[in-house]
Amino acid sequence: MSVGIVSYGAYIPKFRIKVEDIARVWGDDADILSAGLMVYEKSVPDLDEDTATIAVEAARSAVSRHNIDAKRIGAVYTGSESHPYAVKPTSTIVAEAIEATPALTAADFEFACKAGTAAMQACMGLVGSGMVDLGMAIGADVSQGAPGDALEYTAAAGGVSFIIGNKESEMIAVIEDTFSFTTDTPDFWRREGMPYPEHGGRFTGEPGYFKHVTGAANGLMEKMGTKPSDYDYAVFHQPNGKFPSRVAKMLGFTKEQIKPGLVVPWLGNTYSGSCMMGIAATLDQAKPGDRIFATAFGSGAGGDAFSFRVTDKIDEVRDAAPKVQELLKDPVYMDYAMYAKHKGKIRLA
Amino acid sequence: MRDVAIIGVKNTNFGEMWDRSFRDIVVEAGVGAIEDSGISGEKLDGMYVGNMSGGQFVEQEHIGALIADYSGLSLDLHIPSTRVEAACASGGLAFRQAVMAVASGHEDLVMAAGVEKMTDVSSTAASAALAAAADREWEGIMGATFPGLYAMIAKMHMHQYGTTSEQLAAVAVKNHQNGSMNPIAQYKNRITIDNVLNSIMVADPLHIFDCSPITDGASALVLAPADIAHEYTDTPIYVKATAQASDTIALHDRRDITTLDASVSAGKRAYEMAKMTPADIDLVEVHDCFTIAEICAIEDLGFVKKGLGGKMTEDGETAIGGKIPVNTSGGLKSCGHPVGATGIKQLVEVTQQLRGDSGPRQVDGAEVGMTHNVGGSGATAVVNILSRKR
Amino acid sequence: MSVARFWRKQINRYNIVGTHCKTCDTHYYPPRNVCPKCRRDGDIEAYKFAGPGNVVTYTIIHTAAEGFEMQAPYALAIIELDEGPRFTSQVVCDPKEVSIGMRVKPVFRKLGESGDKGMIYYGTKYVPDNDRN
Repeated sequence: MSVGIVSYGAYIPKFRIKVEDIARVWGDDADILSAGLMVYEKSVPDLDEDTATIAVEAARSAVSRHNIDAKRIGAVYTGSESHPYAVKPTSTIVAEAIEATPALTAADFEFACKAGTAAMQACMGLVGSGMVDLGMAIGADVSQGAPGDALEYTAAAGGVSFIIGNKESEMIAVIEDTFSFTTDTPDFWRREGMPYPEHGGRFTGEPGYFKHVTGAANGLMEKMGTKPSDYDYAVFHQPNGKFPSRVAKMLGFTKEQIKPGLVVPWLGNTYSGSCMMGIAATLDQAKPGDRIFATAFGSGAGGDAFSFRVTDKIDEVRDAAPKVQELLKDPVYMDYAMYAKHKGKIRLA
Repeated sequence: MRDVAIIGVKNTNFGEMWDRSFRDIVVEAGVGAIEDSGISGEKLDGMYVGNMSGGQFVEQEHIGALIADYSGLSLDLHIPSTRVEAACASGGLAFRQAVMAVASGHEDLVMAAGVEKMTDVSSTAASAALAAAADREWEGIMGATFPGLYAMIAKMHMHQYGTTSEQLAAVAVKNHQNGSMNPIAQYKNRITIDNVLNSIMVADPLHIFDCSPITDGASALVLAPADIAHEYTDTPIYVKATAQASDTIALHDRRDITTLDASVSAGKRAYEMAKMTPADIDLVEVHDCFTIAEICAIEDLGFVKKGLGGKMTEDGETAIGGKIPVNTSGGLKSCGHPVGATGIKQLVEVTQQLRGDSGPRQVDGAEVGMTHNVGGSGATAVVNILSRKR
Repeated sequence: MSVARFWRKQINRYNIVGTHCKTCDTHYYPPRNVCPKCRRDGDIEAYKFAGPGNVVTYTIIHTAAEGFEMQAPYALAIIELDEGPRFTSQVVCDPKEVSIGMRVKPVFRKLGESGDKGMIYYGTKYVPDNDRN
């Protein structure tokens, strides 16, 4: 049974902080940082936004984009590294808010930045086997970077929801195949009860990101017998602008192929939403028949690669919900003090 | 039904009374009222005490019994004592219960009191306790505060009628002027329009000087059947009307945001009961928990056309010596607002005015006075009319 | 607010779900189980509102309610839904943007939380509907 994306929805909070405003606080050179990271500003959640509210907004956008009867959704899986509760699912909040309850299964996923794509694969299995009619996979985060840490320049907020189904007639993109590449590699982690993640510095690069993204990407192309030139677009997990650009080159994809999905320079790293945001941004402009290659990366570590073929249906539903570029428009900028307040770095006694 | 008269009154000082407890102040008021009436405490047939939130302000419920006990009316005497609650209208309501007890013939000599000790908790906790007078589930949960609710009334009043911040400020200026002549008032300082407009914004358009303060205070009075009132006092003050009305608990459900229909309705009932019109009233104590509340009150009670309350205040018509003196005590704004006591304090003020005992703030020739006490953002209103003549 | 007390009305807060009296065709939000117009003659059913509405009146709260200190200043408003009922909500935006009569639409936000250990309460707030203002 073929499976595919029936609808998608994205959400990005309206606030931004510029890299230069963070650099000013820590005495860093903003120009060198921005050039190196290829990130100029990042999204910041409102005071009353968290992973659950972002997940709900993304989920509602997906439901309304294709006018989905939410009662058809038999599974809601939310991937995040910043679930508001350590114990108590985000996904039940989402399911209740989109009125998909009570006849469904729900659970939260965590796999650093690829928890959302792991949720997609779980949904593929459920709808592919016929266990459920539609499955919703969400990647959403209000990721934290410790004050002064390199991650503070990129850790952003946002979320994406995909509704996965098995009826080809309603798919906007067929998922041709998926392949994952997983090892136990401690490049980034956050211990229970700790507010900020730790990371292995440059260790996150070669043994982490590049090994697992190339492992998953090459694995999928090998499995399918495809090559980079078979694809119109490509999306890679984007913790910054540099890594996906370099990995694309390593794999043989062009700058043009990754351009529409490379949203990180003006958004930052939305962690579990990162690769999915790139896929959503690409769907926003893909034409029927286009093929999209995507590989998510999660520290810890693993890569999830996907091959999509866009269908005619895309033209019918694409404009019915806000596109990623529209969500990036007209941001409200804040200084570091307001950012610190929004991120809970300032606490009331 | 029997006619009822007030034969004794007492207000404690209003303010932040760090060295005095809940029971200290209520006993002072009760004893003072009994003393003023010339009766002996053991002659009381019952007590009705207005108190909004002993539970939240001093973690004490069972207020009625406590007060009877500490007034020396429990041991041996076992005088019945009833607490009455309607948020900031608790005092007005206690008075109405007491009046009905006497009017019905069920009881003869009855005390009506009101008390609130608000400074034993932080101002945040006090505000949270007060917020419980609004709709906790549908207003409080969204971050509504009391100043916020009245600010929404003010914003609408400005939008609909062109009322200005200066007109709101004029209410505070006038009430501080009156309060400066009231020995029990919490704030006896006079203020200017600029003082109000330059004070901190609490909830736009209400500044801190548009808001009544947090106050400790107690008030009490003694009622008797009119037929025997002269046995105790040369100047009984007669209760011509006591009326109460309800409206929706939440501001958003009101018919008209800028009209407190409970005030309108209680006012109408009171005028009918007393066979009077607004023109018969010589002075009125209204519930100015916020400046906008006084403007709405004088409109809702028929002293001025809806929308013109601000202008009327600005023109000085509500000052002592004006067309209808409003809040000669200084009102809630300057005299203070110990929420459970306020309704009784208003009656004490009007009684003293009608007796001619109000010193520099005396309204010349005052024969008939009104009190207007509101609970919440207008869900309860109590309006009473008192007169020198039976 | 206690866990059960919030949970009981959760569906009414996650989406704008109120009630409708079939007898007099009046809509209620917040929900009422007794129609104040028809009382015992009323026939109440659940009703999901479309969501958008207008600002009837508002204030900018500078001295926050307990638990809302981090959000000050915030806009509190009475919203009138297109179907008629009015209720109180926050309008999440730059306070300078809010005006009487402006169009607003619902968003899903945190309403509050019981300290660091307790429940997080979610529900509906409003934002300016800039496409329609």
